[in-house]
Amino acid sequence: MNAHPAVTLDDLERDALTELVNLGVSRAAASLATMVGNEVLLAVPSVEIVSYERAAHLMGERDPGKLVAVHQSFNGDISGGALLIFPETNSLELVRAITGGELPLEDILALEQEALAETGNIVLNGCLATIANMLQRTLKVSLPEIVYGSAAEIFNNSMLSGLSADDGAVLFLYINFSVRHRAIQGYIAMLMDLPSLVALRGLIGSLILRTSDDASDDRNSNHAVH
Amino acid sequence: MATKILIVDDSKLARMSVSKLLTSLRPDWTRFEAASADEAIILTGREHPDVILLDFNMPGTTGLELAAQLQQSHPHIPVAVISANIQVEIVERAQEAGATFLAKPLTSPDLAAFLDEAQARLSVTRPSVR
Repeated sequence: MNAHPAVTLDDLERDALTELVNLGVSRAAASLATMVGNEVLLAVPSVEIVSYERAAHLMGERDPGKLVAVHQSFNGDISGGALLIFPETNSLELVRAITGGELPLEDILALEQEALAETGNIVLNGCLATIANMLQRTLKVSLPEIVYGSAAEIFNNSMLSGLSADDGAVLFLYINFSVRHRAIQGYIAMLMDLPSLVALRGLIGSLILRTSDDASDDRNSNHAVH
Repeated sequence: MATKILIVDDSKLARMSVSKLLTSLRPDWTRFEAASADEAIILTGREHPDVILLDFNMPGTTGLELAAQLQQSHPHIPVAVISANIQVEIVERAQEAGATFLAKPLTSPDLAAFLDEAQARLSVTRPSVR
């Protein structure tokens, strides 16, 4: 997690951040499940503070093939980019799932861009809105943009805009998902720069304080295993 | 004998959040916390909780799998599965495992309703518990 020495999160901050991402992604998965009419299976999210180069490498390592991604940037107290990523070969299957599978191939092809953008918009906005609400902040989210290429290309093309990567460290979050009974799998990735990470740590600190307000009175709590 | 409640979530923040709600809703209940399904099984055997709250998305055994196990081994314990993943399939599977589904972030009215229902069940199956 704290592979970059410039920023550190303590255990509870890291726990809170992972839980925050989990909440956002779970809500987003529920929206995606409604759209595709099948259950969406989620992995446990991964949260890392790494160098920008390492994050780009991690993206490429996870999926070496051709990918399609929906990218949206967000701005506010924290700024960064969010991506919904699929292997390019899954893209038409996704459109088919969303449109109900009745359409001929040419219509599916014509709808591909629009369907991807809308799916990304709903999933990424759902995720970011949940996180913003939990942090009691407002995030401005850009319109969705479709990016094709290898993981590293997508990462470099979409994520660099608006990020201050000068100091090297970025917060890199990702989570795998798949759609039951459909050949659709992908992942959601989020990237934030160092100034955002510092702000985020402050917001997470406030969230922890709000949560621990009364619970710090642990007279009735028995941590029998820990 | 005070009612015992077990909170199972891999996130400490999430356990704190549930704990905070319980402090206001059932201040006299005794709380136990587990960070995994394995810990929850150990604590259930050792402390015999009356009510169990489970997170769904945990590394290893999920809350749904644990709910199904508990339904077999401890059918009298009221169990709630808590998740932000409000997909119909997940809500249904929680119900199939005999558990109540509660949406995350957990709200006080939702938890209160589950605790009332759990207490009503306990008053029938374990009248000595308050």
